[in-house]
Amino acid sequence: MSAPLLEVADLAVTLPVEGERRTVLHDVSLAIGPGEALGLVGESGSGKSMTARAVARLLPGGAAVTGSIRFDGTDVTALRGGELRAYRRSVAMVFQDPRAHVNPVRRIGDFLTEGLRLRGVARAEAARRAVAALADVGIPDGERRLRQYPHELSGGLLQRVMIAAALLAEPRLVLADEPTTALDVTTQSEVMAIIDELRRERGLALLFITHDLDLAAAVCDRIAVMYAGAIVEERAAAVLHDDPLHPYSAALAAARPAVDRTLPRLAAVRGRLVSAFEAPAGCAFAPRCAHAQDRCAAELPPLRPLDGGAVRCARAEELRGRLAPQEVAGG
Amino acid sequence: MSADAVVRTARSRRARLAAGDVVAWICGGIIALAVLVAILGPLLAPHDPNAADLNDQFVGPVAGHPLGFDAQGRDLLSRLLAGARTSMLGPTAVVVLAMAAGVLAAVTAAWRGGWVDAALGTVMDVLFSFPGILLAILASAVFGPSLWAAVIALSIAYTPYVARVLRSAAVRERAQEYIAAAEVQGASAVAICARHLVPNVAPLIVAQATLLFGYAMVDLAAISFLGLGVQPPQADWGVMVSTGKAGVLQGYPAESLAAGLCIVVVVVAVNLLGERLGERRR
Amino acid sequence: MAEPVLEARGLRKVYGDHVAVDGVDLALAPGGSLGIVGESGSGKTTVARMIVGLTRPTAGTIAVCGRDRSQPARGTAERRRRAREVQIVFQNPYASLDPRRSPADALDEVLRLHTDAGADERRARIAELGELVGLDERMLRARPRALSGGQRQRVAIARALAAQPRVIVLDEAVAALDVSIQAQILNLLADVRARIGVAYVFISHDLAVVRQIADETLVMQRGRVVERGPTEQVLDDPRDPYTRLLRASVPGPGWRPVRRGAPTTGGAT
Repeated sequence: MSAPLLEVADLAVTLPVEGERRTVLHDVSLAIGPGEALGLVGESGSGKSMTARAVARLLPGGAAVTGSIRFDGTDVTALRGGELRAYRRSVAMVFQDPRAHVNPVRRIGDFLTEGLRLRGVARAEAARRAVAALADVGIPDGERRLRQYPHELSGGLLQRVMIAAALLAEPRLVLADEPTTALDVTTQSEVMAIIDELRRERGLALLFITHDLDLAAAVCDRIAVMYAGAIVEERAAAVLHDDPLHPYSAALAAARPAVDRTLPRLAAVRGRLVSAFEAPAGCAFAPRCAHAQDRCAAELPPLRPLDGGAVRCARAEELRGRLAPQEVAGG
Repeated sequence: MSADAVVRTARSRRARLAAGDVVAWICGGIIALAVLVAILGPLLAPHDPNAADLNDQFVGPVAGHPLGFDAQGRDLLSRLLAGARTSMLGPTAVVVLAMAAGVLAAVTAAWRGGWVDAALGTVMDVLFSFPGILLAILASAVFGPSLWAAVIALSIAYTPYVARVLRSAAVRERAQEYIAAAEVQGASAVAICARHLVPNVAPLIVAQATLLFGYAMVDLAAISFLGLGVQPPQADWGVMVSTGKAGVLQGYPAESLAAGLCIVVVVVAVNLLGERLGERRR
Repeated sequence: MAEPVLEARGLRKVYGDHVAVDGVDLALAPGGSLGIVGESGSGKTTVARMIVGLTRPTAGTIAVCGRDRSQPARGTAERRRRAREVQIVFQNPYASLDPRRSPADALDEVLRLHTDAGADERRARIAELGELVGLDERMLRARPRALSGGQRQRVAIARALAAQPRVIVLDEAVAALDVSIQAQILNLLADVRARIGVAYVFISHDLAVVRQIADETLVMQRGRVVERGPTEQVLDDPRDPYTRLLRASVPGPGWRPVRRGAPTTGGAT
């Protein structure tokens, strides 16, 4: 890989909650090359959204950040004022709920051209570019859409408008935080296809945050799996599902019912999810892990390279090849 | 989404800590004291609050009479202590009546929805358009001026405020799935409202009641000031502000000031406490 | 099929000039499991609400155990009898429990409503229900806010089971749960059905989840049933073009997202 566009190293974040500091991320390291797509997969409380917020510099006030986030060689954790604005223009964000991120009383056209106008683009030229951007995301009647209000558009259409807005800023990195979770499955397929296609055409890097391992595998080059505020495995998307290295990745893949075959019983993971601040010492997944040993509770292993990926499990070498999904699972 | 939730709790917790509880305790103490005086006032009064002696007219503080005397030479402290009862009882009655009517209207509107909601909304809008003072003048014209005429008039005037605020909260709660689950369980509407809906809007009811208490105390004092509420010579803080005005003009403001201060302290304490209770809901 | 425990014919619901549900027929065998699949606006949730009596059908009949319930219940006895026939579990675990009441209180309320059991007997029954859905004594006494989403959904299932209904309607009951927790609840639902023979109407947008839980499946689109049959047949060999589109949109190993039609004609969706 050439020099990475985004490089996050040893990122840790704490937030003040009820007068105490709570860890939401500890030890997150990842890198995305130019034009590369990385999937960040995890369940509630895993820290995947917080990682995206940290990269976008959208953490809530009072957040304490350690570690580094480098974009194109520059550490962005310390950027201020004009430099921060310039950085934010090169990083676009697409959120889960488009309606929460658009002003309901302004027209689509105002929303789309606002950024361009601020950069000194003439009104007619801005409108022309907005119409072209809408066409790129599969909205052909752009002139009409520019005059409409957000409530006149369906969720899927509005999310495509948000993608068009993100692309109008001509970013180099797109952060997509569960962009299709609120959409119907047929609409999800279309929106993901649009993101995937435009990203490849324009050579954009993508950080795709989702809870859906299969969806991430379909549009990403590599996948990082998060649990309790840390990355537990990073692999090429093509091999993660069939050859996971970490027991949690394997459990996540096995717990999901299949649409193409009937399973006698799902391989449920026992226990409940934990967030980073309530994670026990040692490996956070150990209490739920079918392969845990005493040493797992004793210390948290670092993320280390293995089989072309990286894994954070003390028993990774022993378990290699034994975590693949099985047709029949107990539990 | 999980990140949003974390951010939200972080913010609300901070707000709660900033609010602090010291103020709430002080306010609670003041209110408890006022209630105690309202119950025991006449017993605590060192002198007969209605015993007049014109020789003492506007005499300032002397031994045994720490606040001095009013225009008719009655002991001011004794009148304040004796007056606490009507001054506290009136607003309490208004709050109880207006809250009962308002909660009933709000819950009925939220539960039934449709035309019932619309009809109740219209009735409340009509009531809204009558100022409380105007209703009080009407009531005293019909029933004769008295504390109870004023109480009933104000209760009617306040009901739409209560109903309007609580209706939106009740509508929100009505739409929650646990209410639907209780319906599917076969519980009656009255039981669901009494056991689930009202208890879950109770914090707002309490907050509304405390705010209303403050308004009622001030409005009842104003009505008494106009001569339409409590009638002299009965001791009452509102009446005392009114009768004291003669003294104010002659350079002896003690009566009006003392009674006014009592009203202000109790109203502020009740309102601050209500604000605290309202914040704690979130 | 044996005498169906739930049968609906010609169900229709109209809001103003919008037809939400249009001529839906369905039947559910005792102890069976019927999936209703569709996207937003398909009318599947309206069907669920009509079955449990929260929404009144514009036309059509619904019968449970052979007794009609298309009209509102008359009187307390009738209302409670219907409650002992059909229960519901909703989607949102955070809204489906009274925040002021512990799970044990919620279960006790149902038991008081439907049985003459004394306090000791009710306590035993609450423990039994807790055991059935995997809630221990400490969780049963906790305030809902102290419970996780998965634990709350277990409470909602126990509450639905408390009245010993013949049918439980599950309206997107696992949609809000994380994958590892969703699997626990789906296994629990399968166990409960095997143990006590309750029948399910399982409403979902998620084909894989429906496959896991439903014997028979209806596919709904814009208020109408477009395809029905045994779940495996509907998913492995879909006949209707809409079912095929739905099936093709589900991510899985080897799946790729596709844009329908030419890139420039993706109009309103």
